[in-house]
Amino acid sequence: MTQLLVGTKKGLFVLEGDAGGQFAITSRAFAGEPVEFATRDSRNGRYLACVTSAFYGPKVFYTDDLSAEWQQAAGLELPEDAEKPLERLWTIVPAEEDDHLYAGGAPGVLFESHDAGASWELNKAFWEQPTRPDWSPGAGGMCMHSIATWPGDPKRVALAISAVGVWLTEDGGRTWRHGNKGLYPRYMPEEAREDTIDLCVHNMHRSPTKPERLFIQFHGGVYRSDDAGETWTSIADGLPSDFGFPMVIDPGDPDSAYVIPLVADLDRTTPEGKVRVYETRDAGASWTARGDGLPSEDAYLTILRQAFCGEGSGPSMELYFGATSGDVFGSGDAGKSWFTAATNLPPVHSVRAA
Amino acid sequence: MPVVRLRAPLSELAGGKREVELDGATVAEVLQALEREHPDTRGWILDEHGAIREHINVFVNKEYGQESTAVSPADRLHVIPAISGG
Repeated sequence: MTQLLVGTKKGLFVLEGDAGGQFAITSRAFAGEPVEFATRDSRNGRYLACVTSAFYGPKVFYTDDLSAEWQQAAGLELPEDAEKPLERLWTIVPAEEDDHLYAGGAPGVLFESHDAGASWELNKAFWEQPTRPDWSPGAGGMCMHSIATWPGDPKRVALAISAVGVWLTEDGGRTWRHGNKGLYPRYMPEEAREDTIDLCVHNMHRSPTKPERLFIQFHGGVYRSDDAGETWTSIADGLPSDFGFPMVIDPGDPDSAYVIPLVADLDRTTPEGKVRVYETRDAGASWTARGDGLPSEDAYLTILRQAFCGEGSGPSMELYFGATSGDVFGSGDAGKSWFTAATNLPPVHSVRAA
Repeated sequence: MPVVRLRAPLSELAGGKREVELDGATVAEVLQALEREHPDTRGWILDEHGAIREHINVFVNKEYGQESTAVSPADRLHVIPAISGG
């Protein structure tokens, strides 16, 4: 039995089922509220959800039991002298030490919790970056959406922000620097591409078995790094489009990545009316279309950056993604075949296997 | 004269031209000249109040420009959809 946490524009839906069949909605929380992201910390079983009320602002809630009340986490706020309030929380990621979590949000902010998500503190070194006044947002705001920890080394972390590129620390977040060399922003004039920090990363993942390897889905580009994010190499050849939002890797295979291409920045829908996932198992040297069981005719879906996840590893790895159409699709064989797990949900913001 | 570089679909509205030479001392003046020379571009870059649309970036060479940014004859203006749109 697999449990999926599906964050939607109108609440959190918990789905349960077995790969290959329809999933059942077993609970719903935050009815009517946008849930940007929800996850379960596998170390302690705690559920965490990022909820952005149009009325009451962004909050994180947590619970150890889905049938019990959710508790509001404390400390998720910006300093009083900040120009704008906290806008949204985009991701929560377990760190390397027990009960330590990271949360990323807009406007380009990093929070840390040392009590399993009950209370949070702003990472001030990142907040006080001197270039911050020059940072620009992407369409979803200036969102920190990807936080890549380094298995076994709590001091090394990579962050990605739309649209402020990749940031690296080797001292546990006391100091930060860019990791952008090789990223190529077509949305800038040619003469500005070399020096710009307006780099719109859409998603970033690190291989846990080969941590110096990372993959990026960019705002027009797919990249790989073999040196822990110092430099990036394009691996988009072979894809129908290099535009897209989410990305998944097989944690057991450092040469693996999955993307869901969309037509382009001006047409953020699946190309040719076909929904296809593309898989590489050779670090981006080649890509294979995976669409068996997915809509293949008149299907113009949009899949957002947190709405794709994997569970397990190898040939039986499960994959799940949701679209703004309210459909959720799954695979129980690492993408070779697909099934429809749910339909008629509100627009899907995020999907995570619990 | 300053050169305005356009991408699709704006270049199609300018008769297929990806570069247009136009007169003007500010970004707004150059873009208004573009509208006069290629009326189909009217309303696409500047709104009805003469402001650059929210999700359009206008660069003067490699720097972000605003309506009042000064433009010299040797400058190149790039009109590009912002990543904040879409």
